[in-house]
Amino acid sequence: MFLGIKACGMPGTYIPSNYLPILIILIVATLVGLTPLILGVLVRPKRPYSIKLSPYESGNPPVGDTRYKFSVKFYIIAMLFMVFDVEAVFLYPWAVAYDKLGLYGFIEMMLFIFILLIGYIYAWEKGALEWE
Amino acid sequence: MSFLNLNFMYIKPIAPELIITCIALILMLLDLIVRRKEVIALVGIIGTTLALYLTFKVYGLAGPQTVFNGMFVLDGYSSFFKFIFYINAILTICISLKYMEIEKAAYGEYYALLLFATAGMMIIASALDLIVLYLGIELMSLSTYILVGIIRHDTKSNEAAIKYFLLGGFSSAFLLYGASLIYGLTGTTNIGAIAAFISEKGFAGNQMLLLSMALFTVAFGFKIAAAPFHMWAPDAYEGAPTSITAFMSVGPKAAGFAALGRVFMVAFSSIKVEWSTVLIPLAVLSMCIGNIVAISQTNIKRMLAYSSIAHAGYALLGVIAGTNSGLSSMMNYMFIYAFMNIGAFAVVIMLRREGFKGEDLSDYEGLAKNHPLAAALMLVFMFSLTGIPPTAGFIAKFYVFMEVIKTGHVLLAVIAVLFSVASAFFYLRVVMYMYMKEPRGEVILTTSAPICIALAVTALIVIVFGIFPSSLLDFVSLAISG
Repeated sequence: MFLGIKACGMPGTYIPSNYLPILIILIVATLVGLTPLILGVLVRPKRPYSIKLSPYESGNPPVGDTRYKFSVKFYIIAMLFMVFDVEAVFLYPWAVAYDKLGLYGFIEMMLFIFILLIGYIYAWEKGALEWE
Repeated sequence: MSFLNLNFMYIKPIAPELIITCIALILMLLDLIVRRKEVIALVGIIGTTLALYLTFKVYGLAGPQTVFNGMFVLDGYSSFFKFIFYINAILTICISLKYMEIEKAAYGEYYALLLFATAGMMIIASALDLIVLYLGIELMSLSTYILVGIIRHDTKSNEAAIKYFLLGGFSSAFLLYGASLIYGLTGTTNIGAIAAFISEKGFAGNQMLLLSMALFTVAFGFKIAAAPFHMWAPDAYEGAPTSITAFMSVGPKAAGFAALGRVFMVAFSSIKVEWSTVLIPLAVLSMCIGNIVAISQTNIKRMLAYSSIAHAGYALLGVIAGTNSGLSSMMNYMFIYAFMNIGAFAVVIMLRREGFKGEDLSDYEGLAKNHPLAAALMLVFMFSLTGIPPTAGFIAKFYVFMEVIKTGHVLLAVIAVLFSVASAFFYLRVVMYMYMKEPRGEVILTTSAPICIALAVTALIVIVFGIFPSSLLDFVSLAISG
């Protein structure tokens, strides 16, 4: 079968061939990422010394540890960002398929946004957006 | 272009879920305006009652209805479980009002989260598709994780929430893995279509199917807290606010059983022999560990946690029977268990007051001297949990045991009865402490009108269904046939 995918000894097993492009892009992406790295290891000269091995900080000598404690306030901001980021992700395919979805899709999306709006009002009123 | 593709009949079967979700959202906003938590609780109770009414109205008018391309169903089975979830939510709201104030955690979100969790359970009971099932499980679990850790200033509560969250997330992963395997095998996530595909292609002995079934067993085992997947239960139950312990020992457990019953009886109907072979050790272990470890507990919440593990074992017997009447005995069990367990936790909550935990078994010494009514109620619930007639707990156990005997698992019934006898030790120890010991210090009960109502209702149900079980049994058999 295509790309050597076989139903291992199970006749009639369902093969989700619609997902084949995803598998191909996974393989291609892995190759594109790994090839330069492997090539670099094989080709480049290896002459390490301590300054060369130190982390790059825009030309300045490194100061302090990179493991730095962040304020817990970032956590709430990050959570809120994630929610509205996912909302945007949902909005794109909806906008693309808007013609086919029609009024029904419009109402559903408005409901979705409305529920998120309630969450937004809630977070705002509870002071999640205030820094101090 | 089908512009006006609006059909509001479409959403009728999910009207109860919509009501519960809307009320939960309203509660979140209401909390910003209203100071008094009683108002929020009352709106929550009214919303739940409305959903209860709608469930039976919509179901009663048109019978079983499937919507969303066969992904969601309102049938007798789901309606019955939804009834348990509504009762669970209402009783929990009743017992938590005063208690959360004492714990200094009277947040309005508490009630919103209770309803979100209830909506999740309702979706689980109605799911005809593994994706919808997963959605429901996540909605229920995420809300419950937060509720377990809602006493923010209590490290024990936080610890319980983290433990519950980690193990719950783990079990969700198992569920998804099982679902993905079965999707790879059959190409569908619809529970009915899976069953049809398997029986059509003759896949009953397929190893992938068995592996998927095993993964589902693990995932549901976590949710119903059956041994050996019970490890999270005692810690989570002990650390959580007592009202939430009552809530999650009934709601998520019943939801887990609803999913277990639907997936195993429908999707895996062709491998009934295999899954009942897997569930038998689970049931026996649950009864064994639950009942024996409970004996050594001195904290009553922990004791009731182990008891709830044991009860998961008894209820599993109904599923193991693998027949419709077996399933109905399990449903009957969950119904009665809901009332007797919440009742017992209501008494535990009454002992909590400012600066006094009231969770130790020794706190119950001589309770009957000072508070004869509370002691008598606790006696009823403890008798019922043991399974002593004329309480409802006896009826619950009787029908479950009868079903396994009918299907030829006589030895299993004997083991269950033996463990049931062992359980009398720790349940009746509470009774013995209350009635036969002298009071140590003075125990002041924290009573309020809602908790009294909750206690009256639970005690009444436990006694009435213990003496006249036929009406409940009719209800269950009607539910399973519809």
